[in-house]
Formats: sequence, structure tokens, C-alpha cells
Amino acid sequence: MNPAALSEQLRRSWAIAKKDIRIYYIKGPVLIFGVFMPLFMFLAFLMGSRQLPLSFLISGLVGMTLFFTATAVSPAIFPWEGSARTLERLASCPVTVEAIVFGDMIASTLFGIGITILTVLIGLVLGLSLVHGVTLLFAILLAACCFSAIGMLLAVPPTNVPSNIMMLSSLIKFPLVFISGIFLPLEQMPAWGLVLSACSPLTYFTDLVRYSFTGTHFFSVGTDLAALALFTIVFTAGTMYLHRRTMPQRM
Amino acid sequence: MTAIIRALDLTKVFGRSTAVDHVSFEVRQGEIFGFLGPNGAGKTTTTRMLTGVIPPDAGSATILGHDIRSEPVQAKQRFGVVPETSNAYTDLTAWQNLMLMGELYGLPRARAAQRSSELLGMVGLAERKDQKVQAYSKGMKQRLILAMALIHEPELLFLDEPTSGLDVESTRMILSLLRDLNRGGTTIFLTTHNMEEANRLCHRVGIIRAGKIAAIDAPEKLKAAIERVHTIEVSFDREVPGDALAGLAGVTGLNRTGDKWQITAENRDTVIRSLVEFSRENGAAIVTLHTLTQSLDDAFLRLTREARP
Repeated sequence: MNPAALSEQLRRSWAIAKKDIRIYYIKGPVLIFGVFMPLFMFLAFLMGSRQLPLSFLISGLVGMTLFFTATAVSPAIFPWEGSARTLERLASCPVTVEAIVFGDMIASTLFGIGITILTVLIGLVLGLSLVHGVTLLFAILLAACCFSAIGMLLAVPPTNVPSNIMMLSSLIKFPLVFISGIFLPLEQMPAWGLVLSACSPLTYFTDLVRYSFTGTHFFSVGTDLAALALFTIVFTAGTMYLHRRTMPQRM
Repeated sequence: MTAIIRALDLTKVFGRSTAVDHVSFEVRQGEIFGFLGPNGAGKTTTTRMLTGVIPPDAGSATILGHDIRSEPVQAKQRFGVVPETSNAYTDLTAWQNLMLMGELYGLPRARAAQRSSELLGMVGLAERKDQKVQAYSKGMKQRLILAMALIHEPELLFLDEPTSGLDVESTRMILSLLRDLNRGGTTIFLTTHNMEEANRLCHRVGIIRAGKIAAIDAPEKLKAAIERVHTIEVSFDREVPGDALAGLAGVTGLNRTGDKWQITAENRDTVIRSLVEFSRENGAAIVTLHTLTQSLDDAFLRLTREARP
């Protein structure tokens, strides 16, 4: 057995992901936050935006659910583990920094997918019609990877104080929601707003969800998928590189 | 003998402070090597560099033939680490912690389960294996992290203050386990404050002060090395003349305390031989003969004194 081989490191990433799910994700407060946070934001905008169709807002709800759940816990895992010294335990094991980061990403991806599929199922039970189910499934998988990479990017600053990271995380996540065509359709945005929207991966996911539910879209499906894939690759590579550099500063 | 750990000019700088300053030493296969030093001397920083937790700023470390910087995974696969502060996952049970370690070291599930059962029995936690670690006492947590470090049967074990602040039962259990492991061939690198522990357990000790190695040797040799004048206490079954003792080869001073004579000498071996010869020639049987050696504490204090404020 070569412990440094990719297959071995992937197995160890999966062990880290299972540990994360058991310790950090399958907790009442986390599950409740994952479901209620996007739901209450959705309800707030449903009350205030009566001129927008329900199908439009529900697409936004699905987008928000995946975005918030996939980035809810992962930014705080490194600070938690740093302060509990369990990160040092992982660092002394035959596991690369990339494998640790990837394990955390797998956990947040699975958590995001699980809660989002639950949201979609509730929508379907309530009478929402799904036009392009396969596209939606593929979009959820891709976007969950992308958003979990964003979650790990937010964890890059080498602090072991979770509240610092959560503050930074909110500072970045909330503006992204407002520029991503969730509450204001891209068609109604000014030119500068569209430029900002194009910089957010959430825009492309929301566009794909809208396409899946209503058949309408702003960008082409190919553009949305390619943009999401590109963001995923760039963010994943970036988070691996940056965590490799900052990991020793956490010890 | 094969060097299991080879540190060469290891250096670590934090800001303006040089925590570890060009430290070089070797740990041989099969030995228990004690790494001693006062607080802030650089023991833990050195251990963290050797275990690949933090990178050195200069120098290199080879662990079991693998450079810890260029082949960290291969090196880590072959050693286990027991840090000073317990770092088991407190939200998991002992069993789950051990199984997680098994997966992180690439053990097949059945083998990890078998090892976990063996180790939990060995450290006396079998009955509480399904309890979350947060309910464990400090001693139990320390025994658990020792078990976690042994899950993959490492050839080398790093321990940082493994018995610090533990109750007598846990301390004895851990020290006994370390002796058994060493007898089984495991090389042990032990960082400790406890001189008595180092004295009884270690084949060799390295003393670090202010980030630099002050001395490396067997505990007895270290103690002997700092003694320039040795003291030997002897008593006979009958009165012997003091001037006859004072005239023996190697004796540099003589003092009577009760029924015993305290002899000072630069060379213990010469004096003991002279005393045996004197006893035989004068028909005075030796009742007691003690060499009053300095303790490892004395050696440690002497060698680290320069670093004290």
C-alpha cells in the first residue's frame, strides 16, 4: 500500500467526511438552520414581492437552500478543530492537507444536496411542476461542489476563533444572494448589476433551477453548466493551495 | 545501530524568537529516547517538526528513512503520535475514534475493528468503548489517545508529556505499556519534564535548553559526567584506621559519619578496587558500599542552569 497514492488519500478523505457528518452536520440546530434560514428569507421576500410569480421565487428558494447549506458549517470546521487540537491530530496522520480539505468538502456537498433535494421534494408535493429533472439534478450536484469549495475558501484565514470566520462568511454570502438573480430577475437588472451577477456562481445555479422548473432561462444551459464547472475547478484548486499555505499557522 | 530519527540542524523561528536553533541528533532503532528541557526550551516545537505538524525554517529531519518535508505521508504512516493535550474527538465514542484512526491509516475495516478491541482492552477502556469521550477523565482520554496512536502498530512512537497531570493508576499503566511496546521493538521518542520517569525509562536522553541541545547521553553517563568529584560511602565489620584508608590509591578525601566512612575520589573504579584489596588484606569485611551519585535532576539542573533567568 502506498499511503500517498490518490486512491488511498481519497479513502481517507471519505473517512474525514464521515467524521464531519457525524460530528458537525447531524445536529438538530444545524439541520434546522439549513432548512429554516432559506425558508424564512424566502417568506420575507414572498411577502414583499407580490408581483413576482411563485415559481420564480421557489427557484430562488432552491438556490438559496443549496448555497446556505453547503456553506453553513464548512467555514467553521477548521477553526473548531484548531481550537480543540483535533486538527493537529489530523495533521500528524498520513493524510495530505488536500485530503483533509476534500473530506470537509465532501461532507458539505452531501449535506447541501440532501437538504436541497428535500426542499425540491416539498415543492413537488405542494404542486410545483418539474420540467427538466435531469438538468436540475446535475445542476444541484455541480453547484453543491462549487458552494462547498466556497465554504472552504471562507475558512482559509488561519484563525481558530469560529465567530471570526462566521462573521466573514456572512459578510460575503449575503451580498452574493442579492446579486444572483434570486429576488430580482436578471432581465430587470441594470448593466452594472448584470456584470456583478456574472461574477457569482449562484447566478448560474439559480438560472439552471429556474430553467428546470419553468423552462425559461437568462443564460444558455451550456453557459450555466460551464460557468459552474469553471468556478468549481478554480475555487477547489484555490482552496487547496491556500489551505496548504495556512495550515501550519493554525498549529 | 540504525538511526530511526535523524534531525539535522532543525531550526524554527517564531517572529524574533528562535524556538529551535540548529538542533541535530539521532534516535536509534529500538531505544527509548527521552527529550528533556525546561518550559519553553523547544521540546514541543522540535517534536512538532519531527512529526510533520509544522515545517522547519531550516534543517531537515528524516524519520524511518523518509524526509518529513518531501515524504510526509510515507513517514507518518509508520509512526504514531501522543500529544500532551488529548485530541480525541470528544463528540465521538472511544470506539468511533479508534475506527476513524484505522481509516486514516488505511487499515481494512475488519483489521481496524480487531485492533480497536485489542487496544481498548489493553488500556482498560473496553467497558466504556461506546461512551462519548467528553465524559472521560483526563487519564482515560490520555489512555485513549495512546491507543489511537497504536492502531496501525507503528515502528516509532512520539509521546509529548504522556503522563503530565495524570493519576497514579493511569501513569503506571502508560509507563508499563511503553516498556512492553519497547520490548516488542517499538522505538519511543518521549518528551518529558519528569526526571524520574526519564531516568527509569530511557536508554538515552537529550537535554535541550533555549532551543539548543545541551547534552545527549545515557542517563547514568549524564549524571556521571557532571560529577567531577565522586563520593563513596563504606562501612566495615570492625574498626579500621582512617589514615590507612586515606592513603589508598585514588582517595582524595576522607570523612567519618557514624560507623561509615565517606570517601571522595576522582575515579570511583580505582577507589573501589583499593577498598576491596584493603578489606582482603586487613581481614575487615565490607558491610556496606554505596556510590553516592547525583540524580538526573541534578544533571538536568546543572545543564540547563545557563538558560534560567
